[in-house]
Amino acid sequence: MTRAPASDAERLLARAQQWRWEIGHGFHDQLMEAIYAEAARLADRAVTRPQGPPRFDLDRAIDRLVTSRRWGFALMLLLFTLVFWITISGANVPSAWLSWLLIEQGHPFLKHLSAAIGLSPWLSGLLVDGMYLATAWVVSVMLPPMAIFFPLFTLLEDFGYLPRVAFNLDRAFHRAGAHGKQALSMMMGFGCNAAGVVATRVIDSPRERLIAILTNNFALCNGRWPTQILIAGLFIGSVAPAFLAGFLSALAVVGVAVLGVLMTFAVSWGLSRTLLRGEVSTFSLELPPYRPPRIWRTIVTSLVDRTAYVLWRAVVFALPAGAAIWLVANVSLGEVPLAGHLVRVLDPVGLLLGLNGVILLAYVVAIPANEIVIPTVLMLTVLMTGVADVGAGSGVMFELEGASLARLLDAGGWTLLTAVNLMLFSLMHNPCSTTLLTIYRETGSRRWTVVAALLPLALGVLATFAVAQTCRLVAIAARTP
Amino acid sequence: MNHRPDPAACAACPTHDRAQLARLGVDLADVDYVVALAGNPNTGKSTVFNALTGLRQHTGNWPGKTVARAEGAFRYAGRRYKLVDLPGTYSLLSTSVDEEVARDFILFGRPDVTVIVVDATRLERNLNLVLQVLAITDRAVVCLNLMDEARRHGLAVDHRRLARDLGVRVVPTAARGGEGLPALLEAIDEVATGATGRHTRHIWREPPRVRRAVADLVAGLEALFPDLPNARWVALRLLDGDERIVEAVRRGELPVPAAPVAVPLALEVAP
Repeated sequence: MTRAPASDAERLLARAQQWRWEIGHGFHDQLMEAIYAEAARLADRAVTRPQGPPRFDLDRAIDRLVTSRRWGFALMLLLFTLVFWITISGANVPSAWLSWLLIEQGHPFLKHLSAAIGLSPWLSGLLVDGMYLATAWVVSVMLPPMAIFFPLFTLLEDFGYLPRVAFNLDRAFHRAGAHGKQALSMMMGFGCNAAGVVATRVIDSPRERLIAILTNNFALCNGRWPTQILIAGLFIGSVAPAFLAGFLSALAVVGVAVLGVLMTFAVSWGLSRTLLRGEVSTFSLELPPYRPPRIWRTIVTSLVDRTAYVLWRAVVFALPAGAAIWLVANVSLGEVPLAGHLVRVLDPVGLLLGLNGVILLAYVVAIPANEIVIPTVLMLTVLMTGVADVGAGSGVMFELEGASLARLLDAGGWTLLTAVNLMLFSLMHNPCSTTLLTIYRETGSRRWTVVAALLPLALGVLATFAVAQTCRLVAIAARTP
Repeated sequence: MNHRPDPAACAACPTHDRAQLARLGVDLADVDYVVALAGNPNTGKSTVFNALTGLRQHTGNWPGKTVARAEGAFRYAGRRYKLVDLPGTYSLLSTSVDEEVARDFILFGRPDVTVIVVDATRLERNLNLVLQVLAITDRAVVCLNLMDEARRHGLAVDHRRLARDLGVRVVPTAARGGEGLPALLEAIDEVATGATGRHTRHIWREPPRVRRAVADLVAGLEALFPDLPNARWVALRLLDGDERIVEAVRRGELPVPAAPVAVPLALEVAP
């Protein structure tokens, strides 16, 4: 590198500025046009196109269908419902098998082992009842749905379907005063919100990029899909006849995801009319050709890159969380364990929101990673209810499948309303700490990071409150003759 | 007739030595040369990246997937190469962060070779970026990718004529199936080890007034930065009011050509 004397450089820049005035407007466009013209000339010289009438173009035929105004959205919903249906109905069997292995067999084995080597009850409680069980929970609840869902989603992605979804959503984003490319960062957010926030880099205008960052949390991420899938399977499915249960659960999950997309539009619209006013920029979105996905390779890569990654993250967070839960469950303040106090404090708030103290406490514990919400909820519920046939000691989780799980949550006072509101709250609450950190890094602003945390939380509180109160009013009205 | 090389015959040929390529993954120690991988979104850049480094960057079939740089390494013919996968962009002239990452690396990162991955089925649109890169550096190779799709659509692309017109090596490939990668490696190696040219491509024949402005600024730039290989391009950017370039001129940060042996990166572009 050569370092030029500053004054010479300044003189040159001043001269450039002068020339800019002389050349006047339209220089940029002239430059672009010149490049385009030259590119067209060179391409024309190099490419020979096939003679004769254009052949039937399968890509274009598919595009016309999947991006059509009439069928585009319906097809989109159908496709995603199908994916979730396969996930929900396929995950049950391996889930039961894993829980039998890790919890019914693995847990007593480790208990005996730790007794045999003479671990103190405290240490064995912390390690086996706390850390091991939380981890075993995470693995058996989350691994099967993820191992089915992620490869399916990746197949859709490799096939080239995601840009079509973006294309379908573009008009709506535009109307909401946001950038059409936000559809792409939202798609990324369906995998991981932190990645989605980074993906907003494709958006040129800072205003629209900020909108995309603040609303990315409304795209359900990896950590939250399992919560949705599990709760929908347990509660929503159970109100339907058996043969419809899987389908209805899938529909409920899609419904929440769609609600997330609607929230994205609504909040973008609101932001672009209040805090982030401005012009909407235009852009061109390229629809890539459909490519037959290389199925085995895709499945293997998505299992390694996504499933294993998310599972690893969950396990890493579950270990300390398990220890923490065990401690709050076993360290007593007066007669009552610490967790009891915490839950009791949170219970009135939970009641207002149609949730309960256990769920709210779980969301506090799960700030580092949404993945551990469900295990935390279950462990705390066992502790609070002390359901007799579920565990030997308080703070310990045993069986988890199907009926017994539903029975446990029933004992914890769960209703359909709790389930629905948990699904809503899982969609709308503060992003995990990783995402918040990413938002801070990308925006460089503490203020916007705080907005990104509080905005969805406030909306979640509002939504669950509204649903709970409406529900109760209807119930009262129904009882009054 | 279009003769395609028969892969089997090629592999049997004594000059074709697959063992020359060793994929080094993320082992970036002691690299001799730095290669940048540029291109429009969705042209298979990440596929080329994976094929050469043995890494498994996720390749998604949609634009905007790679927004930061990914780095990997390979060894070819005894020399160690660092390969930098840049975000896919349509141009280097606008202002989004991903385009800036790509532009800054090609300009300030001083790669020894810039490989521009091009979609053979959409040549015209892809050439816009090629022309812009060639205005910055002539140490470039065009990787004419997705030739399999072009053939499927009945398109014939004359890569020899394109190479003559552009003045750089053009290598037809189908990276998904590994087709053409040996030739690509050879071309990269040749440009990396070859002498530095000092002739970047002119983007356009400017109208008279612009020409006078460019000539004036080029003279000034060359006085300030004697070895600047792309003074014309810098002049055009100044006339376009590109803040980043204005700042680089002000601070005297414009890169002059790398010494024949690769030097460490002068500037790490923050993600």
